[in-house]
Amino acid sequence: MRALLVLLALLLGACAQAPLRGTGDLGIVIERASGSVAVVDTSAREVIGRVEGLGDLSHASAVFSRDARYAYVFGRDGGLTKVDLLTQTIAKRIVQAGNSIGGAVSQDGRLVVAQNYEPGGIKAFDAETLELVADVPASYGSEGKRSKVVGLADMPGQRFGYALFDAGEIRVTDFSDARNPKTTRYPAGNQPYDGLVTPDGRHYMAGLFGEDGIALLDTWREERGARKILSGYGRGQEKLPVFKMPHLRGWAVAGGKAYLPAIGRHEVLVVDTKNWQEVRRIPVKGQPVFVIARPDGRQVWVNFAFPDNGWVQVIDTPSGEVVKTLAPGKAVLHMEFTPRGENVWISARDDNRVAIYDTQSFALLKTLPATAPSGIFFTPRAARTGF
Amino acid sequence: MKTALPVALAIAAFGAHAASDTRELVRLVRQDCGSCHGMQLTGGLGTPLTPQALRDKPVDSLVATVVNGRPGTAMPPWKTIISEQDAEWIVQRLIEGFPEETR
Repeated sequence: MRALLVLLALLLGACAQAPLRGTGDLGIVIERASGSVAVVDTSAREVIGRVEGLGDLSHASAVFSRDARYAYVFGRDGGLTKVDLLTQTIAKRIVQAGNSIGGAVSQDGRLVVAQNYEPGGIKAFDAETLELVADVPASYGSEGKRSKVVGLADMPGQRFGYALFDAGEIRVTDFSDARNPKTTRYPAGNQPYDGLVTPDGRHYMAGLFGEDGIALLDTWREERGARKILSGYGRGQEKLPVFKMPHLRGWAVAGGKAYLPAIGRHEVLVVDTKNWQEVRRIPVKGQPVFVIARPDGRQVWVNFAFPDNGWVQVIDTPSGEVVKTLAPGKAVLHMEFTPRGENVWISARDDNRVAIYDTQSFALLKTLPATAPSGIFFTPRAARTGF
Repeated sequence: MKTALPVALAIAAFGAHAASDTRELVRLVRQDCGSCHGMQLTGGLGTPLTPQALRDKPVDSLVATVVNGRPGTAMPPWKTIISEQDAEWIVQRLIEGFPEETR
C-alpha cells in the first residue's frame, strides 16, 4: 500500500514537470551588470529563462558539464555557479577565490577546474558536488609569489594547460591522480595574456603581450619545451594602444591554419599549423579581441577592442580577405556560432541586446533583449576539447 | 562613444561636466577600464582601483598613468580618448569611491 502511494506521488510529480527536452540547442548569455544569465534556445531563437544571483559577472565565462545539462559559470568575484539549464535554477554555488576569470572541464567530465588571478593558481573541483579536490598554486620565484593564471584549457589525459601572466610560463597540470596533481613548467615569454589548445588537443599556445610572438608547446613532444612562433611580427613599428586584451580559444583554428590577433596592431595573423610559419596578415578595423572560425572553417569572425567595438568583420578564409563589415550594436563583446554555424549570436553590451545573424547572407534575423550582455556560450562546447 | 567623447572633452576644457558626459565617463570607467580592472574596480589583469588600493598614491602620478599609460605593463595611454581634465576627474572619483552607473 505504501509503495503504491509513493508511486502515485511520483506520477503526480512528473505530471507537474515541464515536458522532456534535450539541451543540445541551449546555451546561456551572461548579463554582466546584473549578475544573471539568460538561458537561450538557439532553435526557437528565444530567451527561455533567466537565472539570477551569480555575483560579479564582469569578465565571466562558462563551460558545460559532459551531459550538457549544467553550465559552470565563473565570476570575477571568485564565484563558481552550477546552473541547471533545464530547470533554470542554481544547482550549486561556491565562492572559491578572490578574483577569477574562467575554467575548464576535464576530459572525463569529472573535474571542473577554475583559473584564478587572486590567489593566483588553479583549483580542481568535483564536477558533481563542487567539492574541492586539489589546489595548485601558481607560485614562482624564490619568494613564493603567485602569478595570475590565464588561458586555462583542458587537454587529453586529464591534463590542463595554462599560462602565468606574471611569471612568463606555460604550465601543464596532470590530474590523472586527481588529489595528487603533477605540474610541469615551460618558460614561455613575456606576459602571456591568454592561451588556447588546438582542437585536437595537441598544441597549447599562449599569446604574449610583453613581446611580439606566440609561445607554442607541442604536448606530444613535451621534452622539447615551448618555442616561439611569429616572433617579432611588429618589428620596427610602434605599437598601437591595446584598450582591451584579446582572447584566444580553440575556434581560431580552421582549415590547417590558425587565425590569431596581433597585439598593438590592427591585424589578424595567419599561421600554417603544419610548420607554424606565418602565411598572411589580414588588416582589420581595430585591435582584434575574438578571432573565431565558423565551425566549418570557411569564415573567421573578428570583433574589436574599444573604441572600435561597434564593428564585426568577417574574413573569407580561402581568399584571406575581409568580405563583410557589420555594425551589430554598441560595445560588441562576444560572438557564438550555433552548433553547425548557420547563425551567429553577437552580444552588444551598450545596446542591451543580442543580435542573431545568418552567416551566409549576413541578414540580421532577430534581436533579443538582454541586460548588458557579454559572453554567449552554447552547449556543444561540452563535447569539444579546449572549451 | 566615438561621437560623445569629443563633446565630453570640450566641456571638460571649461572645467565642468554636463550630466550626460559624467554618465559617459562613469560608463567608460566601469565598462572599459573595467575590462582589465573589473567592473567593481577590484582588479583583474589590472590592479585594483578601489580607494584603499589608491590611498598612498599621488594624484599626479595616477593622472599621468591614465594619460600616458605605464610602459612595461598592460596599461595603455588613454590620451587619445581621455583628456587630462577628464583623467583628473576620474582619479578624484576613484579616490573617493567611484560612482555607480545609472541606467
